[in-house]
Order: sequence, then C-alpha cells, then structure tokens
Amino acid sequence: MNRLLAVAWKELMHLRRDRLSLAMIVLLPTVQFLVFGFAIDTDVRHVPLAVLDRDVTQESRDLVRRLEATTYYHDIGAVGGYDEANRALREGLVGAVLVIPPDYAAAVAAGQPRSVQLLVDGSDPMTVGSTTGAASGLARSLSEALLHVEVDLRYNPQQISAVYIVPGLVGVILTFTLVLMTALAIAREREHGTIEGLVVSPIRPWELIGGKLAPYVVIGYVQMTLVLGLGSLLFNIHPGPGVVGLYAVALLFIAANLAVGLVFSTIARTQGQAMQLAVFFLLPNILLSGFMFPIAAMPDGIRQATEILPLTHFLRVVRGIVLKGASLTDLWGEIAALAGLLGGLLVLATLRVRKRLA
Amino acid sequence: MTATIDVHGLAKRFGDLQAVRDVSLQVQPGELFGVLGPNGSGKSTTIRMLCGVIDPTAGSGTVLGLDLLRESEAIKRGIGYMTQSFSLYSDLSVGENLRFWSGVHGLGFLRVGDRIREQLARYHLTDRTGQIAGTLSGGWRQRLALACATIHRPQLLVLDEPTAGVDPVSRREFWQLIGSLVRDGTTVLCSTHYMDEAERFDRMAFIFQGRLLGTGTPAELAASAGLSVAEGVVAEAADMADRLRTDPRIVEAAVHGRILRVVARDPAALPEGLQPVRTTIEDAFISLSALEPGPRT
Repeated sequence: MNRLLAVAWKELMHLRRDRLSLAMIVLLPTVQFLVFGFAIDTDVRHVPLAVLDRDVTQESRDLVRRLEATTYYHDIGAVGGYDEANRALREGLVGAVLVIPPDYAAAVAAGQPRSVQLLVDGSDPMTVGSTTGAASGLARSLSEALLHVEVDLRYNPQQISAVYIVPGLVGVILTFTLVLMTALAIAREREHGTIEGLVVSPIRPWELIGGKLAPYVVIGYVQMTLVLGLGSLLFNIHPGPGVVGLYAVALLFIAANLAVGLVFSTIARTQGQAMQLAVFFLLPNILLSGFMFPIAAMPDGIRQATEILPLTHFLRVVRGIVLKGASLTDLWGEIAALAGLLGGLLVLATLRVRKRLA
Repeated sequence: MTATIDVHGLAKRFGDLQAVRDVSLQVQPGELFGVLGPNGSGKSTTIRMLCGVIDPTAGSGTVLGLDLLRESEAIKRGIGYMTQSFSLYSDLSVGENLRFWSGVHGLGFLRVGDRIREQLARYHLTDRTGQIAGTLSGGWRQRLALACATIHRPQLLVLDEPTAGVDPVSRREFWQLIGSLVRDGTTVLCSTHYMDEAERFDRMAFIFQGRLLGTGTPAELAASAGLSVAEGVVAEAADMADRLRTDPRIVEAAVHGRILRVVARDPAALPEGLQPVRTTIEDAFISLSALEPGPRT
C-alpha cells in the first residue's frame, strides 16, 4: 500500500511540473463546455427565407407573417420568379423559398384546400429537419383538422440543445482526458526507460497500476464537478439529489476509462502512439454513444455495437439522473452493463500489463 | 560462507530463440563480478533471470540465499538495480527521485529522511537536492542513479551496462564509487561490453551467443585461452597482416599505424622480430568466441 502511495505521489509530482497538462485538466472541460453548450445548437432557427408571392393579397402576407412568428424563419424579402429563387438557394443567400400560388387567397375564401410550396436547401440535414418541421407544424395549425394531438414534451420542453448536450459532456470529457492521461502515464515510463527499474523493484504490478491511476480518479471527479457546476451556473441544469448516486456510478465509468487507457498504454511504445490511440477511441465515442446523434437512428449492427462503449451507458445514466430525476433503481440495467464492461476491461488490462512487464 | 549468487544450468527460450543456455555461476559475497559479452549475447536476459524478473525455462539456484523460482519477490527486495537508462525521472528533482525510490522500498517518501540525507551526502548531491534531474550532466546523473539504486542498502547491486554511452571521465568516477561500495561489503554484479573495463573485476564470466565461455579472474581467463601475443614495428605491416590471417593458428593480426599486433594459438605461428606482450581480455574473448560453433548472429 505504501508503495502504491509512493507511485501516486510521484504521478502528482510529474503533473505539478507539467504545467500544460495541469492547465488542461481544468481548461479542457471548460472550453469544451462553452463550445458545446453555447455554440452547438441542433435546433436550427432563423433560417433566411425568401418569398415568391404570386398572389400578393392580404392572405398571402398573413401566411408569411405566421411563418416568421415561428422564429424558425427570418424573412429577408421577396424574389421575382423561379430563376431568382433558384439562384438565391444556390448562392446560399437563403435557406428556403416559400412559393405562394396565385389562387391562394381565392382558395382561402372558398374554404378549399390550399397548397403552398417550400423550396428547402437540402445540403444541410439539420436545417431541413427544423425548417420542414416548423412548416408542417404551421400547416397543421392552419388546417381545421378534426384530430387534435396535444404534445407534452417532458424533461426539456423548450428543446434547448444545451440541456441535452451538457450532461452528456460530463461523459465525453471524462472519456477523453482519462483515456489519454493513463495511456500516456505508462507509455512515458517505457519511452524514458524508467520502467526497467520499476520491474526489478519490489513493486507489484497492481501497486504500480493502482498508484498510477489513483490521481486520475481524483482528476476525473474534479472535471465532472466542474462541468456539472458550470451547467448549473450557466444553463440552470440542476442535477438534484440524485447527484450522489451519479457520483457513485461515475466511479464505474471512470475506472472503465482508466482500464481502456491502460490497455492502450500496453499497446503503444511511445507517447505519440498512445495519443493517437486515445484520439482514435474518442471519435466513435462522440459519434456513436448517443452524445450527438440518436442511437435509434443508427442501422441495426451499429446500434448493437454502441452498447460496448462505456460512454453509451454512462450517458443514459447521467441524462436519466440529471434531466429526468431518475433513481439508481430506474437505471439498474445501465449500471449493470457498465459494471460488466468494467469487469471485462479490467481482465483485459491485467492480462496485457502482465504480458508487457514480463 | 554461502555464495551470493549460486545458479546452475540457467536457460531461457523466447519462442524459437534460445537466448541463454546452460549458464552456471557462483558469485561470492563482496566480489565485484563482471559479465562480459557483445550486444545481444544474452547478458541482459541472464541478469534479468538473476533478478527474479523473468523465470528461466530451465535451471535452478539461489540469489542472496533465496530460491530463484519461488522467492523472486524477496530477491527483488534484497537487490539494487541500475541500467544504462538510469531509471531516473528527469522532470523530478534529485530529492524527489530519491524520495520515490525510498518509497518503493518501503522507507517512506513523504519527507527527506535520514537515509536520503545519507545518500545525498555520500554521493555529494546535497547541494543539488532541489535541482531537476534532467538538468544534471552525465556524471551527476550517474551518481544520482547509483544513490537511488542503493537507497535500501542492498547486499547485492546489479548493474546492467551502467557505463554504456558515458564519457571516460565519468566512467572512471563511477568505478571509484563502485569500488567504495565493494569495500563496504556490497556484492556487485555488472555487465558490460567494454572489454577495457574487464581488468576492474575480481572475477568475471564471458557470455557469447547465450552460452558461458568461461569464468575466472581476468588473469585466469586471459591465460586459459592459451594464447601467445606479440607486437612490434615492421615494414609493410598491412601486407604481413594479410598473409598471417590465412594461417588458422592466428586468431588476429591487427595493424595500428606502423605497429603490427599478432595473436596466435601457437607461439610457432608468430613472425620473427616481434616482442612478446601480455594477453588481454579482449584477445582471450575473441579467441574463445571464434572457437564457438554455429552462426555469428
């Protein structure tokens, strides 16, 4: 135990001397938080809209005003014909063009079904989703439909992206820093040849690894607290009393990431290779864990594959607790999956480390 | 008195590669024992087996009176180990490096204790306690590495090519430090590929292609090769050397400027007019390794 503490102390001394890494522990979560929290919004609003009004009546102007009122569109004026409309779309001056046919007002007066056309720039799927969604919503509200569906949006009624992103960011940041730092910690010993001395010393493999990882568990918790604190401060996302359970489950997740980093460190011969492996691991985590894109939208094989990422399960836990106020018993399936993955990773890491030290 | 190292028939195979075969060694307490051999001869593998880091595929024995196979953890606690990479943390200070290795040996790392102060004083590092190890020059780094490796007062100090790539002045200073440890009763096992360091050892072993070619004092090993060596200034030394090399009784014919130096297995093969000189360890090693069968890989 004493030897484990000596290793942990040494790691902290390394960090103390490495000002850049020390700064990154705090800067990386903060910057990522600000970027993801403020800049990234998947709910596209204020799409520039041009109107090709071939009716020019009170009714047609009324329709444009209503569309503008949804805040999804921003009216930037009229175009004279299809040619001009096409050019505006192609040049990216507008994201959509509303074409109102000449008989629009007449159809309204006659109480007949009327139709308008919306030309949408389809090169950006996110824009398409938001703009067509808003248009069909408006269409539904204008029509005298017999069936009225009342939608009750729970947990994030205003559909603010930050509310969805910020809790997930806790998991992404932990994955990145912890995998990278542990992968580097052992690769550094190998690169500098200091591992030789450790191998001949009385230190046991578990003491070396435990001592190496202990400081990063603490760092993981510091980063998690930082992101949750910023979320509470800047976005009013308050985790509630379930946060205690979240900190407990986070230990499984942190340990799983450290095990991944450890496996990488047994593969990489240099710190450069360790860094590449960590980045290589981060990308599928961001894309496939459900952090940015819904897993439900992924094809069959991929959907099952996402389950082997610890982040996938941790995201469900953190969103469940922070956004939905779920209890640990509600989330037991995810916690069990996380524990299972951790177990497998620990076995893999131990086998790899044994092999490398021999 | 029991031997500090007493092993028989040690062998190690890595897959298809037989790295070490049938090595038997006895090192007595207080000896400065050398392991000599070219790079890749199996020196490091032998040393790692003796330190309990890797298990031999065959053979048995004791180190510090402890069984090599069953008590490797206890062996690791009793030995000090230093490699050419020194196992120093270049971003930590001199004092911090000593504190870490003190902690590794269970002697405490929270403060600079008496043992660390003793090491600092012995290796004249006291004034440099706060200096970052990476900014030390080669000789000072070596001192610090030795101070770290001996922090727990090991009975046996194992040095794996400690002087590789170190300048001659630092090498001399290093051997003086080792000499003082030996005088204090530490047994030292040291590997090197520098033949000129061989004279410093009390006894030594030749290792070549994973096989032990011989053990003994430097003088015994030089004599055991049964060589006759002579040198002198001759006209057209290069041509004469070329002629001599075709004679199977000649181990080596070397030209240094105008001086021809000839090593022969049979004194009759030596040319006229050269003065007999002492057989060096290098001569003996070259002669013994040339007799070894098998490819020189």
